[in-house]
Amino acid sequence: MSYELSHLRELEAESIHIMREVAAEFENPVLMFSGGKDSIVMLRLAEKAFAPAKIPYPVLHIDTGHNFPEVIDFRDRRTAEVGARLIVASVQQTIDQGRVAEETGARASRNRLQTTTLLDAIEEHRFDALFGGARRDEEKSRAKERVYSFRDDFGQWDPKAQRPELWNLYNGRIKTGEHIRVFPISNWTELDIWQYIADDNVDIPSIYFAHKRNVFERDGMLLAENAFVERMEGEDVFEELVRYRTVGDITITGAVESSADTVEKIIEEVAATRQTERGATRADDRVSEAAMEDRKKEGYF
Amino acid sequence: MSEILRFATAGSVDDGKSTLIGRLLYDTKSIFEDQMEAVERTSEKMGSEYVNLALLTDGLRAEREQGITIDVAYRYFATPKRKFIIADTPGHIQYTRNMVTGASTADVALILVDARNGVIEQSRRHSFIASLLRIPHIVVCVNKMDLVDYQEEAFNKVRDEFREFAMRLDVPDLSFIPVSALVGDNVVDRSDKMPWYDGPPLLSHLETIHTASDHNMVDVRFPVQYVIRPMSDEYHDYRGYAGTVAGGVLKPGDDVVVLPSGFESTIKSIDTFDGPVDEAFAPMAVTIRLNDEIDISRGDMICRPNNRPTVSQDVDAMVCWMDESQTLVPRKKYAIKHTSRAGRVMVKDINYRLDINTLHRDEEATEIKLNEIGRISFRSTLPLFIDEYRRNRQTGSFVLIDETSNATVAAGMILGESAG
Repeated sequence: MSYELSHLRELEAESIHIMREVAAEFENPVLMFSGGKDSIVMLRLAEKAFAPAKIPYPVLHIDTGHNFPEVIDFRDRRTAEVGARLIVASVQQTIDQGRVAEETGARASRNRLQTTTLLDAIEEHRFDALFGGARRDEEKSRAKERVYSFRDDFGQWDPKAQRPELWNLYNGRIKTGEHIRVFPISNWTELDIWQYIADDNVDIPSIYFAHKRNVFERDGMLLAENAFVERMEGEDVFEELVRYRTVGDITITGAVESSADTVEKIIEEVAATRQTERGATRADDRVSEAAMEDRKKEGYF
Repeated sequence: MSEILRFATAGSVDDGKSTLIGRLLYDTKSIFEDQMEAVERTSEKMGSEYVNLALLTDGLRAEREQGITIDVAYRYFATPKRKFIIADTPGHIQYTRNMVTGASTADVALILVDARNGVIEQSRRHSFIASLLRIPHIVVCVNKMDLVDYQEEAFNKVRDEFREFAMRLDVPDLSFIPVSALVGDNVVDRSDKMPWYDGPPLLSHLETIHTASDHNMVDVRFPVQYVIRPMSDEYHDYRGYAGTVAGGVLKPGDDVVVLPSGFESTIKSIDTFDGPVDEAFAPMAVTIRLNDEIDISRGDMICRPNNRPTVSQDVDAMVCWMDESQTLVPRKKYAIKHTSRAGRVMVKDINYRLDINTLHRDEEATEIKLNEIGRISFRSTLPLFIDEYRRNRQTGSFVLIDETSNATVAAGMILGESAG
């Protein structure tokens, strides 16, 4: 008998350890769930961490209102399956309350507005720990973020004043009004996520698999034809065989041309790809070198 | 062989560390086109003559603007044989705490030495930190071999010098590889310019380092992290103790003792979501059920009756101080986190402060400042279940937390129970 774990089982064990630690040390944790593959894996890990008991915290979805319908169906089905309480915080409601103003124009997006909705939800429900599905391989500022990422009472991240994090000892001490963003899958890569989905038969929304869709091209990305985006001149709609590498707000999430219609084919594709998933599919990160860092400092996911 | 290899690198821009990491990432095709384009754009904007691979790892605005690395960056790459996690830390003395952080989870320390300069203060410091944090394998890359005409003598000189110094440290596995990160000699592909070197290039070496034996498989240590009670009809009487194995191998039927109560029982089953398992070992996260109903809660430790950790309130330890706003002084109280146990401690004494460049012990020291390392003794309000750090990196480590600011102020490595 050799006492070794496969890389997926080692990553799994590390994530489960973090999820249990949070359940033990915080009063009011919540798991942020977008319906994307990373949060789906995170939900599965939470299920594993507490079996045969139910996940001891609710699930939070920040709903921009600009969703892929397949993803919302999936969200409702999956949270019901694991028996978790689903809290939906709506960006539309934040707009209706006059807390933020809708952006206008062809490039309008609700991406940035989500931060206010999220921070309002944290205050309303008094969450002290929020699980996020961010990975360090996704983006440069995330590569330097802790597993337990401290946020002050304005929800802000201060990259220069992060708590040192050693061994598997996490410092979750906070004062009232502050909270911790917890990233249990920090050390997973995009490929690890897909391999795990294959290995564990994890169910994912249909839009991850190749399908025919009406799209138009903007800034070198294929955006879905949808009711929320004004198309500009020259942005003609055409049908293409595509799939999504990431799942987010429909107005800014690009599809990639692909014929991968099984998890195995997706793994082959991901292993061979020469573009990062955010670079290929997220308009919001193309703004500047530090776009993600700046949003995170304001309290973004 | 464990599939994941975690390695720590420390160094500054000029010793070629970023180039080496960039080379590993680039040659294993782990750098994506859009990342490379962004780096090329930024290098050009900053007026740099060559593509600055350091920009791949320096992620924060301040770092890019000032051309410095201020924190630990984690990078990932994989080969068909292994998955690698790099903890990339800055090398200057003012970043000792970052190095200690990166080293705490590393299986391998990668140390770069400039073949022209030989072993310098910085190399000694990095090696000392690697040995203090018990990184089991140190790989010394003698870099810039292209600048010394690929001469064996230059390599041998550095190697001998390093070995002599390392004898004063506790390094279980030390190896040397002559490389040129810039040109790519012996990084991923074997160099044909150094026929005198018969070892593997760096990547093959990293792919084959045997790390599974680095876990403690002898002393059973299971810190209880969370008690699982489903409160459902189906699992009415279920009571499971969830945690991550910190040492040894646990099997159903094993006799165990629970600390601090001292109650003994046997393991009924070891459960996971995917079903019960026949055995559990580090670093598995499992749920243990016992055959007797005993009161067990978070912070308790399950081990074997004939092999227990030391139970003590008085502990000697090496600490690295990590806080800039205050120093460590005797009589001060802190919160401690040790395995799943949380309590309070009071620093009793500073035995000495260590000069990490010369290894000189200053026994007159009255405080330990940011980035300094020293030996202290403290008293804990709760008994702790401790092992010597060199025997178990999990049950031998702790952090101290300031009770007012909540900052993590120190990383500690346990030496043992205080004498007297």
